[in-house]
Amino acid sequence: MMIESLKHLPRPQLSNAELSGQFTDLAPALSARQAIIESARCLYCYDAPCTRSCPSEIDVAGFIRNIHDGDINSAAHGILKQNILGGSCARVCPTEILCEDACVRNHHAEGQPVKIGLLQRYALDHMKFASHPFTRAATTGRKIAVVGAGPAGLSCAHRLAMLGNDVVIFEAREKPGGLNEYGIAKYKLVGDFAQKEVEFLLAIGGIEIRYGQTLGGNLRLKDLHGSFDSVFLGLGLGASRRLGLTGEDAPGLLAAVDYIAALRQADDLTQLPVPARAIVIGGGNTAIDIAVQIRLLGAEEVTLVYRRDAAKMTATGHEQDIAKANLVSIRTWAQPQQVLLDKAGRVRGMRFEKTRMEAARLTGSGETFDIPAEAIFKAIGQGFDCADIDGLERDGDKIRVDDQFRTCLPGFYAGGDCVAPGQDLTVQAVQHGKLAALAIHRDLMAKMEAA
Amino acid sequence: MADLSINFCGIKSPNPFWLASAPPTDKAYNVVRAFEAGWGGVVWKTLGEDPAAVNVSSRYSAHYGNNREVLGFNNIELITDRSLTINLREITQVKKDWPDRAMVVSLMLPCEEHYWKNMLPLIEATGADGIELNFGCPHGMSERGMGSAVGQVPEYVEMVTRWCKAHTKLPVIVKLTPNITDVRLPARAALAGGADAVSLINTINSITALDLDRMIALPVVGNSSTHGGYCGSAVKPIALNMVAEIARDPLTKGLPISGIGGIGNWRDVAEFIALGAGSVQVCTAAMLHGFRIVEGMKDGLSRWMDEKGYRSVAEFSGKAIPNTTDWKNLDMNYQVIAHIDQGSCIQCGRCYVACEDTSHQSIAQHIEASGARRYEVIEHECVGCNLCEITCPVEDCITMVAQDTGKAYMNWTQDPRNPRREAR
Repeated sequence: MMIESLKHLPRPQLSNAELSGQFTDLAPALSARQAIIESARCLYCYDAPCTRSCPSEIDVAGFIRNIHDGDINSAAHGILKQNILGGSCARVCPTEILCEDACVRNHHAEGQPVKIGLLQRYALDHMKFASHPFTRAATTGRKIAVVGAGPAGLSCAHRLAMLGNDVVIFEAREKPGGLNEYGIAKYKLVGDFAQKEVEFLLAIGGIEIRYGQTLGGNLRLKDLHGSFDSVFLGLGLGASRRLGLTGEDAPGLLAAVDYIAALRQADDLTQLPVPARAIVIGGGNTAIDIAVQIRLLGAEEVTLVYRRDAAKMTATGHEQDIAKANLVSIRTWAQPQQVLLDKAGRVRGMRFEKTRMEAARLTGSGETFDIPAEAIFKAIGQGFDCADIDGLERDGDKIRVDDQFRTCLPGFYAGGDCVAPGQDLTVQAVQHGKLAALAIHRDLMAKMEAA
Repeated sequence: MADLSINFCGIKSPNPFWLASAPPTDKAYNVVRAFEAGWGGVVWKTLGEDPAAVNVSSRYSAHYGNNREVLGFNNIELITDRSLTINLREITQVKKDWPDRAMVVSLMLPCEEHYWKNMLPLIEATGADGIELNFGCPHGMSERGMGSAVGQVPEYVEMVTRWCKAHTKLPVIVKLTPNITDVRLPARAALAGGADAVSLINTINSITALDLDRMIALPVVGNSSTHGGYCGSAVKPIALNMVAEIARDPLTKGLPISGIGGIGNWRDVAEFIALGAGSVQVCTAAMLHGFRIVEGMKDGLSRWMDEKGYRSVAEFSGKAIPNTTDWKNLDMNYQVIAHIDQGSCIQCGRCYVACEDTSHQSIAQHIEASGARRYEVIEHECVGCNLCEITCPVEDCITMVAQDTGKAYMNWTQDPRNPRREAR
């Protein structure tokens, strides 16, 4: 995938093998012995806080006990029955604000939670099932369309298939996985794990994926309405927000997610354009991801600029530490004011205005400073990029759903990042997909009974 | 500085730490290393009639804890598999080189007097300080009418002890098997036979684990296995009780006891001595960690004795016996109630589920507005069983607090609720 906006920039100095070496597992897997030692640390709490804090309701204490008892398949089954994408969640979940934050071993003298994420990964890396661990119920004769083969859509499809329904997934891109395939930092989901996980998920049967199906393009909601019994929208948030500045489309300025997608898809990392100096705008995990990865590719100076203080960044402390460990400079209390261009009209830096809080409102101070850079990466959030959801009521810029993930249109359900409220977490999307599937199935069965 | 030296039924030793009759005391090389490390004495691995016993392979297995620490240890080894001549020569040499250390020789022979009569002078000739009669090994030799097969029959215990006392001037220690209903009976028999002391416990019949693929217990010998003798820290509670049973039995009162069973550190030693042991014997802990553990035992015990003001081992030996009694003498009016220190509680809920599912429903779970859990003792339901305190992973978070009931001591024999109470 070519990154048009940066094609004038130089290519990395290192060889492909050396570059690939930079993108190995951020948190290496546990060995068998480490897993046993770590699982022994679990207190097997009753009404365990880790379980209560898992968005996908995994029985954490239960699966850790299975690992400790040497029963890896039961551990894996326990995880997967709640979260069929437990393998990627084990790698990408911000456990430091979820289960591991809740772990009682954080308390007092110990101050060290059980490594729940790594144990979950251990169980799923080492499970050995002769066939797919879940079987399909007797066929219901219902056919459901799922739009989007990201975590929400895949989770929904798997659960629907399990309940005996047939599913067709419509995916805009050429591969399934959504953000797991295109959006997660390369060192968090390494190699082709995302594809392997989808292959595993699909092995339950009854799920067909059609690629290159763009909602608002060659795919219309009303067509789906006619051909399927129900529709689940797991659209994600495909469009990057705009800064609203002159020069926004100049060469050198692009959305972080586009670069990350290109990086994740690149077979030869030496072909990626890499700026010597880069600016990242934003305070979320995507901002950290791009900043760290561009450093790993060889950028000399990477400055992450955020308009408030570090505590307000949505990137967790753990994420910020990763950035600091990779020598990313983090500048707070500044907002973009002007894209600085050279004579050829390419990015040469950015002018920022210092900010401060005034009467509980963020305000520009009028004082500015320039940061020179050959590339600027926007990581200021995502929104919708499809035109065909006009019939759906919104909450802000997200699709409004009820507690059963029903949209305002009968037969249409939605979940994942595209609905409100969402935490924009993979694990949350998986949970939405699962719960929406249960709701869809229940509604369809009720309808069949009534008929 | 506390004096750790002992005189155990006439056998002098610079400290009460002896190595039990077992693989670590099988030959001069090991015993010399043990003495160099500081052990006060050894009971030499059991000698028998020639030709020597023959062992199988493999021999040991273990019962593991959470972190692969060995909780219990199992063996199917027999008595020494080296010739009598070599053993006697080595015992003589080692005793000569280490005159201040206790050298006790363990013996196991068939239940016929001539075997003992012939063997005992040979032992005396080595310069050894005493003999220990192995009436305890529960595997292998017991099938041949020796070891625990003798220890389980008090009449045999008495008979063989008497033969030994008749044929040697050395102190005779009778080693008892725990594989018996009431350990006081063989102890009384030993005393009746003239024993100078008893030592206990020997190992307990055990199967530690199975290879579930092959459907064979461990340790595996070819395509089968057999039960072994269990030792290590898991058996300490059983050993402590048996020591106490003999120590507080009026019929064996004052009979010296060498305490054995799961001893691994100074605290274990202090407990055995407090319940009446005059010396202790160690095997498994040394087999798992080497002879160096004796340093910590010496330092720890002597530091603790200094703190408590005990100048010698004898000063606290048996000190816990008067406080160890029959159930019927316990105070029915004593009452403790659990108290949870909310400041150190980590909300793991273990006390709650244990009490709720299996005990007295005396802990309440409150869910606070923040979602946090709060566990509180329902005091009027609490019977003071200690279960919550035991399940709590935080030290001193749950304490059992003695209540002032205002009632005087009253035991079950005096309790009006007892239909068979003693008449006043």
